[in-house]
Amino acid sequence: MSHGRAGAPELKDSLGATPDALADVLRRRGVSRRAFLNYCSLLGALMALPPALVPRLAHALEGARRPSVIWLSFQECTGCTESLTRSHAPSVEDLIFQSISLDYHHTLQAASGAAAEAAREHAMKENAGKYLVVVDGSIPLANPGYSTIAGISNKDMLLDTARGAAAILAVGTCASYGGLPKADPNPTGAVAVADLITGKPVINIPGCPPIPVVITGVVAHFLAFGLPGLDDLGRPLAFFGERIHDRCYRRPFYDRGLFAHGFDDDGARKGWCLYKVGCKGPVAFNACATVKWNAGVSFPIEAGHPCLGCSQPDFWDGGDFYQTLAIPTENVAGLAMGAMAVGAGAGAAVSALNTAKRKTAKKAHETVTIENLEKPKEKAET
Amino acid sequence: MTSDPAMDLLMWARGPGFQIATVVLLFGIVLRIVEILALGRARDLAPPKASPAQSGLRTVFSRFLPRHGMAMRSPVIHIGGYLFHAGFFIVLLFFGPHIQLFEEGFGIGWPGLPSPLIEAVTVISMVALVAVLIARVRDPVRKLLSTFEDYAVWVVTFLPFLTGFMAVNKLGLPYTWMMALHVLSVELLMVVLPFTKLTHAVTFLFARYYNGWVNGRKGAAT
Ligand code: SF4
Repeated sequence: MSHGRAGAPELKDSLGATPDALADVLRRRGVSRRAFLNYCSLLGALMALPPALVPRLAHALEGARRPSVIWLSFQECTGCTESLTRSHAPSVEDLIFQSISLDYHHTLQAASGAAAEAAREHAMKENAGKYLVVVDGSIPLANPGYSTIAGISNKDMLLDTARGAAAILAVGTCASYGGLPKADPNPTGAVAVADLITGKPVINIPGCPPIPVVITGVVAHFLAFGLPGLDDLGRPLAFFGERIHDRCYRRPFYDRGLFAHGFDDDGARKGWCLYKVGCKGPVAFNACATVKWNAGVSFPIEAGHPCLGCSQPDFWDGGDFYQTLAIPTENVAGLAMGAMAVGAGAGAAVSALNTAKRKTAKKAHETVTIENLEKPKEKAET
Repeated sequence: MTSDPAMDLLMWARGPGFQIATVVLLFGIVLRIVEILALGRARDLAPPKASPAQSGLRTVFSRFLPRHGMAMRSPVIHIGGYLFHAGFFIVLLFFGPHIQLFEEGFGIGWPGLPSPLIEAVTVISMVALVAVLIARVRDPVRKLLSTFEDYAVWVVTFLPFLTGFMAVNKLGLPYTWMMALHVLSVELLMVVLPFTKLTHAVTFLFARYYNGWVNGRKGAAT
C-alpha cells in the first residue's frame, strides 16, 4: 500500500512479513548501488563522519535488518509526517524511509480501528525488543480523554508500545519538549516523550517540523552504529551540534555590525543579519543552515525571515518572535521611574534624620572652658 | 526534559531579574546622590579668590589625566586602569547586541563596531583587570589597604567580561547557559553598584567638581 505517492513509505500489506536486509529491499526498489553509496557519503558528511568511516556506514546499512517501526501520533499537527513524506522525491531520505517496515502509522496506513491496532500489537509481538517507536506530538496528562486513539489514551499507548522497543525517537518539538501544546498556559497538561519513558533510550529530533534528512539520518545512524551521541537536551550531536548562527551565511554581516532593522529596509534588501528583527539563530541548535530545506533550496534566514529557534524547548514561550534575545522581556520604564522617585524619597528621609541628629547634637553641645577641663583634675587631687 | 533550564534562567534574567536589577540600581543611585547632596557644607564667609564653579568644571575633566609624575610611579595601575575603563565603555556601547538593548530602552541606536574588534577589546580589558589585581596584591601597602569589598567588586566587574566572552566564543557551558549567566552577571553588577566603591561611576563627577570648587575658592590650582 503506497497511497500512490512517490515519497510515501512502504507499508506492509500482510502482517508478519519477515524482515529483510536493507540492501535487498533497496535493490528490489530499483535503487542502484551508486545512489545508495551517494546517500551514505551525504549522510557521512552531514554527520561529520571522517571519510574513512563512510564505507563502514554503507556496509553496516546494507547488512542491517529492515527495522520494524511503529509510529505513534499524539497531540500533533501532522506537520512532521508531512515534512518527511512530502520531501522532494526521489530524495535521499526516501531511500531509507521507504525501506523501513512501517507497521503502524495511522495517518498513512489504510487500516483503521481494531485492524490497525491489531497490526501494532502484532508488530510488537513479532519484533519484541527490536522495533523502533517513532512518536510525534505531545502527551496530555491533564485528562486522558483529550487525545485518544481507538479509545486508548496517548499515555497508555506510549507506555505500552515503548515497553518492548529498542529505542524511541521523539520526532518534532512536541514529542521532544512538549512544543505548541505545552506553550503557556498548557491547557492539556502536555508533556514530552522523555518525561514518561524511563529505562529506554529516547532520541529527540526536534524542529517544527524537523528536517527530513535529519530524521532518516538518525534512523540510519541507529541501524549502522547504534545509538548516536546526544547533547544535554537529548538531541543527536551529529545534527544538532552547532547553532544556526555558527553556520549562517549572514554571519559576516553580524560580525561587522550590519543589521536589517525591518523587513523592507535597506539592510533587509541587502541581505544583512536578521538579529535585530528577532533572529534566534544564536541559541538554536539545528542543521538548517547547512542541510537547508526543500532539497537544499533554502532555509528561513535565506528567505529573509529570522530563525524562530523551533528546535529549542519552549520556543513558543521565549518572548516575541521578532525581538532579540538580548533585550528584556518586560517593560521597565515605569518601574525605573518609580525606583528613582522612591530613591529620592528615601534619600530625603535619611537626610532629614541626619539633619535632626545634627541639630540635637548641636543643642546638646556645651562649651568647654579651661575650668571644665581642670575640674576632674582637682577632684582627683582631693 | 520538557523544558530547558538554561532557557528558563535566561528568560528569568531577561524578565524579573532585569526588573529587579534596574530598580535596585536606580533606587540606589538616586538615594546615594540625595544623601550626599543633602549633607551640605558649612557656609564659607571668606570672599572667593577665583571662580569656584569654573575651577570645579575644569577639575571634572582635568582629572581624567594622571597627576604629574604619578603614572611613572605605578605604571601598571595607570595603564591597566585606563585600558580597562576604555575597554568597558567600548564593549558596553559598541557591541551590536548591546546597542540593540539601548535602542530598545531609549529608542536611539548607533552603529556598532566589528565583533573581532570587540572581542580583542574584551581580552585587553580582562588582561588589564588581572594586571591591576596582581599589582594590588603584590604591593604590600596596597595589599594592606585592600578590604574584602575591593576584591568583591573586582570579581563583579570581571564576570560580565568573562561570561560575555565565553558566550560569544561558545566556551564552557552551552551557549544559552552562558548567555543567561552573562545577563545575570551584569545584573549583579547593577545591584551592587550603588552600595560599593563602584558608585564612583556616578559620584566621581560630584567629587571632582567639589574638589575643584573648594580649591578654586582658595585660589589653588587643581
Ligand atoms: S541572521 Fe541570525 S543566525 Fe544569521 S548571523 Fe544573523 S543572528 Fe546569526
